[in-house]
Amino acid sequence: MARDGEDPGMAKTPKVKRQRKKKTKENKTRTVHANLLYDHAKGEENPNRHYANNKIKTTKYTVLSFLPKNLFEQFHRFANVYFVFIALLNFVPVVNAFQPELALAPVVFILSVTAIKDLWEDYRRHRSDKEINHMDCLVFSRVERRYVEKYWKEVRVGDFIKLRCNEILPADVLLLSSSDPDRLCHIETATLDGETNLKQRQVVRSFFDLDCDFDPLKYYSIIECEKPNNDLNRFRGYIIHRSGRRDALYKENLLLRGCTIRNTEEAVGIVIYAGHETKAMLNNNGPRYKRSKLERQMNVDVFWCVIILLVMCLFTAVGHGLWMFQYGDKRPVFDVLSPEGTDLSPIMSAIYLFLTMIIVFQVLIPISLFVSIEIVKICQVYFIHQDMELYDEETDSQLQCRALNITEDLGQMQYIFSDKTGTLTENKMVFRRCTVAGVEYSHDANARRLAMYQEMDSEEEECTSHGGTLPRRDSVASHQSARVVLRSQSTKSHRRTGSRAEAKRASILSKHTAFSSPMEKDITPDPQLLDKVNECSSQMEFMRFHSQPTSQLPSDLADIIDFFIALTVCNTVVVSSPNQPRQKVRMRFELKSPVKTIEDFIKRFTPSRLTSGSNSSSSSSLITSRSSNKGCSSMLSSPSAESTLTKLDEEKHHGSLEHAFSPVPPCYDGKAWNIEEGELRYEAESPDEAALVYAARAYKCSLVGRLPDQVTVELPHLGKLSFELLHTLGFDSTRKRMSVVVRHPLTDQITVYTKGADSVIMDLIKPPDTGNSKGKRQKKIVSRTQNYLNLYAADGLRTLCIAKKILSKEQYACWLQRHLEAETAIQGREELLFESALRLETNLQLLGATGIEDRLQDGVPETIASLRQAGLQIWVLTGDKQETAVNIAYACKLLDPEEEILTLNADSQEACALLLEESLHYIQAKFLCNSTDQSTKAFHNNFIPFDIYPSSSPSSSSSHTAPFMVHRLGLVIDGRTLAYALDKTLEDKFLAVARSCRSVLCCRSTPLQKSMVVKLVRNKLKVMTLAIGDGANDVSMIQVADVGVGISGQEGMQAVMASDFALPRFRYLKKLLLVHGHWCYSRLANMILYFFYKNAMFVALIFWYQFYCGFSGSAMIDQWYLIFFNLMFSAFPQLITGTLDKDVSAETLQQLPQLYVNGQNSEEYKPYMFWMNMIDAFYQSLICFFIPYFAYADSDVDLFTWGTPITTLALFTILVHLGIETKTWTWMNWLSISFSIALFFTVALCYNASCPTCYSPSNPYWTMQRLLQDPLFYLLCIITPIAALLPRYFYRACQGTLFPSPVQVGRQLDKLPAETRRNILSLSRVKVGSPLSPKPPFLSLSKPPVTGGNKKDQKSFPSSKTSQGPVLQTDQQGQRRGPTDSERGLSDLYTLVPTEIDTLPYTKDAPQLSEEQQSPQTKDSEGLDKSLETSDLSLSGWITSTPLLTQTDSIQLNLLPDGDAQCVRYTRDSVEKVKPAAQRTEQETGQPLHVTS
Amino acid sequence: MMASSYNAKDEDGHITVSGPGGGALRSKKPENTAFKQQRLPAWQPILTAGTVLPAFFIIGLIFIPIGIGLYVTSNNIKEFEIDYTGVDMSSPCFNCSQNYSWNSTKPCTCTIPFYLEQPYEGNVYMYYGLSNFYQNHRRYVKSRDDSQLHGDMDSLLKPSKECEPYAMHDNKPIAPCGAIANSMFNDTLELFYNDPNGTKVQISLANTGIAWFTDKYVKFKNPGGDNANLTAVFQGTTKPVNWRKPVYELDKNASNNGFINEDFIVWMRTAALPTFRKLYRTIKDSKMVPTLPRGNYTLEVVYNYPVRSFEGRKRMILSTISWMGGKNPFLGIAYITVGSVCFFLGVILLVIHHKCGNRNNSTDISN
Repeated sequence: MARDGEDPGMAKTPKVKRQRKKKTKENKTRTVHANLLYDHAKGEENPNRHYANNKIKTTKYTVLSFLPKNLFEQFHRFANVYFVFIALLNFVPVVNAFQPELALAPVVFILSVTAIKDLWEDYRRHRSDKEINHMDCLVFSRVERRYVEKYWKEVRVGDFIKLRCNEILPADVLLLSSSDPDRLCHIETATLDGETNLKQRQVVRSFFDLDCDFDPLKYYSIIECEKPNNDLNRFRGYIIHRSGRRDALYKENLLLRGCTIRNTEEAVGIVIYAGHETKAMLNNNGPRYKRSKLERQMNVDVFWCVIILLVMCLFTAVGHGLWMFQYGDKRPVFDVLSPEGTDLSPIMSAIYLFLTMIIVFQVLIPISLFVSIEIVKICQVYFIHQDMELYDEETDSQLQCRALNITEDLGQMQYIFSDKTGTLTENKMVFRRCTVAGVEYSHDANARRLAMYQEMDSEEEECTSHGGTLPRRDSVASHQSARVVLRSQSTKSHRRTGSRAEAKRASILSKHTAFSSPMEKDITPDPQLLDKVNECSSQMEFMRFHSQPTSQLPSDLADIIDFFIALTVCNTVVVSSPNQPRQKVRMRFELKSPVKTIEDFIKRFTPSRLTSGSNSSSSSSLITSRSSNKGCSSMLSSPSAESTLTKLDEEKHHGSLEHAFSPVPPCYDGKAWNIEEGELRYEAESPDEAALVYAARAYKCSLVGRLPDQVTVELPHLGKLSFELLHTLGFDSTRKRMSVVVRHPLTDQITVYTKGADSVIMDLIKPPDTGNSKGKRQKKIVSRTQNYLNLYAADGLRTLCIAKKILSKEQYACWLQRHLEAETAIQGREELLFESALRLETNLQLLGATGIEDRLQDGVPETIASLRQAGLQIWVLTGDKQETAVNIAYACKLLDPEEEILTLNADSQEACALLLEESLHYIQAKFLCNSTDQSTKAFHNNFIPFDIYPSSSPSSSSSHTAPFMVHRLGLVIDGRTLAYALDKTLEDKFLAVARSCRSVLCCRSTPLQKSMVVKLVRNKLKVMTLAIGDGANDVSMIQVADVGVGISGQEGMQAVMASDFALPRFRYLKKLLLVHGHWCYSRLANMILYFFYKNAMFVALIFWYQFYCGFSGSAMIDQWYLIFFNLMFSAFPQLITGTLDKDVSAETLQQLPQLYVNGQNSEEYKPYMFWMNMIDAFYQSLICFFIPYFAYADSDVDLFTWGTPITTLALFTILVHLGIETKTWTWMNWLSISFSIALFFTVALCYNASCPTCYSPSNPYWTMQRLLQDPLFYLLCIITPIAALLPRYFYRACQGTLFPSPVQVGRQLDKLPAETRRNILSLSRVKVGSPLSPKPPFLSLSKPPVTGGNKKDQKSFPSSKTSQGPVLQTDQQGQRRGPTDSERGLSDLYTLVPTEIDTLPYTKDAPQLSEEQQSPQTKDSEGLDKSLETSDLSLSGWITSTPLLTQTDSIQLNLLPDGDAQCVRYTRDSVEKVKPAAQRTEQETGQPLHVTS
Repeated sequence: MMASSYNAKDEDGHITVSGPGGGALRSKKPENTAFKQQRLPAWQPILTAGTVLPAFFIIGLIFIPIGIGLYVTSNNIKEFEIDYTGVDMSSPCFNCSQNYSWNSTKPCTCTIPFYLEQPYEGNVYMYYGLSNFYQNHRRYVKSRDDSQLHGDMDSLLKPSKECEPYAMHDNKPIAPCGAIANSMFNDTLELFYNDPNGTKVQISLANTGIAWFTDKYVKFKNPGGDNANLTAVFQGTTKPVNWRKPVYELDKNASNNGFINEDFIVWMRTAALPTFRKLYRTIKDSKMVPTLPRGNYTLEVVYNYPVRSFEGRKRMILSTISWMGGKNPFLGIAYITVGSVCFFLGVILLVIHHKCGNRNNSTDISN
């Protein structure tokens, strides 16, 4: 931004100095002048000329640059370069294998497909750019002295633009004027962050007081602000007026491009950033590119393919050299000289041949693989999008795949890191209970109400009510019952119409307000508290009429009223009315801005002004209250209405100004007001705020209006009071609190209301002066409140503390001075403001605390249970406090009451190290549970900081549930300890501890820690991680994880923007992972393997031929077939299979989450499978080569008459191979395969008939036609594919019978009629493997593969490696003993059935239930258990090979060498069997610290 | 073949979204179609011993008879083969083979007697066979100019560069150019029947009808169209280096001369494998019945073609033909083998099925 050239004539020294100064600053700031001043001047003199204009161009290419640029980009992909290199190699005469032009075909095809795709995308971008650039807006024109319509693209920095209601902002604009009387402008930022609530923006302060319309011609100020950046929530700068006065600019002054103006008729602003420099555009980064695990694995194999290729080429080259060498000098006639007639030495020709072979064998590196994978993935994404079950009717949103290329990763997840709030919970904050002044109000009725919702939810019949239409002013007694009736009615009626969800959605859409579901809004007040509030307010009213100071109010009552005022005032909730959506309720009393300058302060707080101000405000509020009371007199007993009036009259005489200020709302009819009031809507930025405001409203203490300078509150009896809002210190996550500074209208005191996290507030409470009674009372309040807070937290409620502080004027002035300094600072303003806030929020007086319930989303426990069954390790990382988090974890079944919980809370690095060390020992000791009592005891004695959570479930404290303790551990760690644990020195230990636990809960963790945890697990354990969250604090974690999932919930869109997949609800994760993930993975894995096989098989045919053509690089397959084989003939069926094949149906996949393990262990595509496929490919190609070879040996067959049948055979073989691998045959599969065959023959016939001489050197004229007349050809076509595929077919059949994979069992299950299947599944769910249950026949097929669990054990639990050797031995012994068939069958039965039960969530009381049921059966089942034990354990390993179960396996395996294997060997599925072992364990360990849960 | 069932999922989950207010709100709700919900009716074969068992037996039962049939057919074909390379000292062609090269001009003739043990009936085909001759060598295969052979005058005088280094000789274009043509087989074989009564009867060998019809009439054409005077047509070209006579002197019969000489066409159809045979003559209108009676024969060879430099072999083959071509027992054996293997595997699967998969049946029964 060279400003030098701006004023060349300027010679004044001060100016120069300033310029120099600015020059140094230039790197940091941007200066914006009004364009109008430079309109007359030529373009060069406009200081704004260097800034980007508002024309946007998101296209990548222009007409000219498309080809080179696109090609350049495509060549970034190594594969493309490789293929082009090969194609070009063909042009070298000594090397060329094919007709050079033809060799280019595939590359050109691939490149052009991609180019066309890019072109199309770019064209779409161009279209939308054009549309956007040609939108109209009003720009001030100096010539015409009015606003004229211009295109967006013509807007420049420094232009004045006029915005009207509902217009979209064309650029980032500094708000200079607004038609709004408050000089506000409301914008909707949905396009930026997805938040639908309105945000207020303010006119720059210097232009605030302009009475007349803003005139751009009189504007001479200069704006200095920061350079364009992408931080939506930051804007700093100042405006320099002509007078030299500087005013600070804030983000509140800036209107961002893309937002929509609402509720404001007209606004005028000056463009600061335009076009690509706007914050919206800077934030607009395209989709991310991730590489999936499968693709990484595939790349390894592509690399292997390259090696195979090189080996083959080398082999051929050497062979050719030798072949030539054997002839010596006698050059045979068929060894043609080089075109120049020179004789090539064997070595030289070997080298040339090497290059030739690379060309001939190029098909081995599948050129179309990359394109095919992309196509398949796009189709997969399409199908995921189309899934009805992932569509949320309530919000009319479906799943979004934002990353197109990692669908298959969804099937391979091992760890899930979840946020809690908004992800597991609904983020619907519901006020549950509160404590005020040390007295708890339990809100039992409210609890019942909530329970009712819960019930309805659980029936999946969450009811709807047409929000806001319910009468709110009915009496408390009838309140609840009435609602119940109404609710059930509405539920019923909706159920009847059958479009309940539809209606619900409609109501939500029309309402358009976040955090205002009926559940959140309708709070049933606690009668006791309500009485107190009433009493209190009536007293206050009384006092006011008698001019008594309100301080005489009993302090508990004063606290109550203060508490509710704080709830109402201390927030940023915007009030609006639904009748005219987004229309602010105008309850304006006076025009006054918040205190922004010292002068302002002095002016306003001088005594005279003070009195009058207070008088005016209080009196005016009285007017309102009176009149509103009139309207609802039936509700509020207002006997003093008359007196109010008289009082008012008196006051009126005092006040001099109030006439000017007293507002007369246009529609002052009481009735109308009542209705309007009843439908007030609160738009909050966070759900907690809304919940608290709704709660306060339930106590008749309702927020009726909020302006930047005042908050209007309606109180019972007292009517509307307006609080002068002096400051709002917004919430931030470091302070964890927010405060407002208001002037209390009744007491006229400057009061600070603070609301925040209990831990923070409690520290800021003024230490009570125990000397006097008041202090004692305070102390009592604090301690009691603390008690209740603990209680709330234990109930899983979110706690907030409310406190206040009264400032004297002097104190306030003192603070204000520094605060204003901080506000106007440009550098480090945030820090200064932060410090300023800290100075204010001290010595608070505790008022009370609230408990807000954050309800679990539908289906969360079930989803978690399913995911866990699927072998996923779930960690919850939350910012909540420990107690809350633990309770939510219990609620969502993340932690089990039967589980033992390790809690790590450390104060220092050393303590943390010690803790980790000890817990490791503890875990090992526990798992080993060797009878060395003493060591255990000693260990326990030493181990004090290690506390074991008592379970919240009282029923489960019986001793016989102890077995679960042996292996089930939960880890709870708090943020501070986590910070230590994540240290380099401790992270390994932390991981070792964490992964031996079934669930991990990290509380109080910061966003950074979340991402660090994910990174740690991902990098150290080399596992696939998925992070799911909904808020901005989850963004870093989502970005770090292999797959990031955003919940498109209520907390804006930031998480969604950062995510790869966006889900409407957490429970959809189940289907996304278990079904779509599984499908995508298995489809793609199979397709990739097939691709490798296909190419290898095809290329090997030519390789074998080299032995019969003197290694000369000759190919019997016509070059056209060779090149188009992959691209055309065999391409479609695999795409169809890769897109549509379903190995197991969606239902079964969801009902048997264990099948997910398939993907986790990469069982569809293991490294050895690549080699198996390669071997199979070579075998098949041998068959396909040698059967025709022998059939035509020593005959008069010519090269292509022999090669064409081979091509045909290879095609048949490849297609039938695909057929064997295809699990689901739809008409599409049939069609694609027949299409492929038809295409091949059609092309071959046409090609062979088209031209007798054109296709030199191959001259295949009439070959195919002749072959079709040859019976030998048909005979070959029958025998060869069968002979080639015999081994694979046989192997598949044997595998299907002898050791079917779980997936195959699932498929068998699929084939059963729906009824039977349901029976089997429900049976396995409810009954704990009862041997009396009819033996489901399908289960007998569930013989797991031999590889199974043991391998996995070794892998996933290295700490037990030492003892693995003997363990395996024991296993083998067990195998050798061998079960009889029947036993095995039964044991198989056992492996499948009970595993499901064990972890299934639905049977909360399953353990006990099963205990009762089973105890008599134990004897019966003992034999079976024995058989299971003796039977091949590894055979039954498949189900128990989930990571979570491996631990259990390894635990028990560790025990074996020590002795009694029978008792200790714990197989997870038989509850009763473990009992003796575990009981013994208990006896042995003595369990001084095991609190049985 | 495989136990299967058409697994058409019923569409019971269908919910109509057309509520009273449904029309107004454009829902993003995905359509509930079988395709979009991935519920297309499908056949889902499960490969287990039980289900594939029949397939193996059926394949076995079909293949074995076919194999036997093929084997028998192949065995009925009569074939006689004689190697006249002359590697052995005892061979009549030994002398010819010893001192023969491409350049020699003196014809060398050798006579090989042989005895046919069986009479050959019907059409008998006479082949010459070459071994170790890599007609499929990459550079060799390419060394031809199809448009020249198609009768294109331009190509005749300016052969394509594919023919290099056999395109020009002495600054004259070679017709036909290229290495394939250059190395054309040029032995002359004649067959005599030694009648038991002592006379030596020459068997008439037809040198037409041995090439593909399409080759002779579509692919290969003499330049100058119907101009019968080939000498004039080929004016300005020269013969391939290794040839003894120019292309227009290959045969006296005008319809079998020049590029459309069938011996030439047959040679130009490059063999797929290094050991190959090419049809040399057919014996159709033999005066004798059967075509070739049992007895003594004499093969007279004008030995021109050198093969010793590359350890090649030359053979003369007499063969009858069946519907499946020449004598080749391989396919029959292959069918029998594959059929037996299938049968055997079927038995194994049966055992497996009985041992381990019997519960499988119960599945089916319980259905």
